[in-house]
Amino acid sequence: MAYSDKVLDHYENPRNVGVLDKNDDHVGTGMVGAPACGDVMKLQIRVNDDGVIEDAKFKTYGCGSAIASSSLVTEWLKGKNLDQAMTIKNSDIAEELALPPVKIHCSVLAEDAIKAAIADLKQKQAIEV
Amino acid sequence: MSQTHFQLFNLPQTFAIDLAALDTQYRRLQSEVHPDRFASASDAEKRQSLQLATQANDAYQTLKNPLQRGRYLLQLKGIDTLEESNTAMPTVFLIQQMEWRETIEDAQNVAQLEVLQQELRDGTKALQTKLEAALDQNNDDKAATEAVRQLSFMDKLLTEIDSAIEQHDN
Repeated sequence: MAYSDKVLDHYENPRNVGVLDKNDDHVGTGMVGAPACGDVMKLQIRVNDDGVIEDAKFKTYGCGSAIASSSLVTEWLKGKNLDQAMTIKNSDIAEELALPPVKIHCSVLAEDAIKAAIADLKQKQAIEV
Repeated sequence: MSQTHFQLFNLPQTFAIDLAALDTQYRRLQSEVHPDRFASASDAEKRQSLQLATQANDAYQTLKNPLQRGRYLLQLKGIDTLEESNTAMPTVFLIQQMEWRETIEDAQNVAQLEVLQQELRDGTKALQTKLEAALDQNNDDKAATEAVRQLSFMDKLLTEIDSAIEQHDN
């Protein structure tokens, strides 16, 4: 499988690998998985009191495209508010990384991980209020 | 295709399967459509026998493998397990998957990997039992779909651990 330069770059130097404290009220955790390839992705975001994402971390087990997709979105997420984050589409990720059709599901995984992390955060903060 | 894989081999359309009967039926069918038998047949007959031989191969591979058999049974009911597009899985399951992958990554020796391999095989067995109950007894398509989706992950993990063990051996 020939990977694009951007995929290789993220794969070899993944940005923002790591974990945030999932018990922190300002941290949302999203976990998703793609049965077709067995990939598992964990994406975490931390928002400040203004609701702006100030940090994002990921841990992904999967192919180069899945790792690159999650690495890329952690970069994109920083500085965005939740509404802006919700607008990130898998097609944007696929386009940026020049993913071939068979790897589109990796970008779907990353988009779904963002949505899951935001849902987790909103649920936490709703309970808190 | 008018005939299901089960009909092709005269087997009941259930997850529980008589593997010996499947083998026997497959061999019988393969000998019936063997190209040697059609050496002097017309082109149309040759084509038809080749088609049947291909179908028999596909059917055999599908029915022999528990994951593929489960997926196929759901397909026959018109249910797509959406393994490409639906990424929502139970969190507990995904956390377990992550932990298992971390264990593979951190394993120092083959013995540690083999302990995990056994755990994965047991987990796979348990899921197959669930799948059989969901399909054959409870007619619970939702539970069956979930079991197929989870088995798909287990399949991948078992392949990964096999190659990890191979790497440690070398």
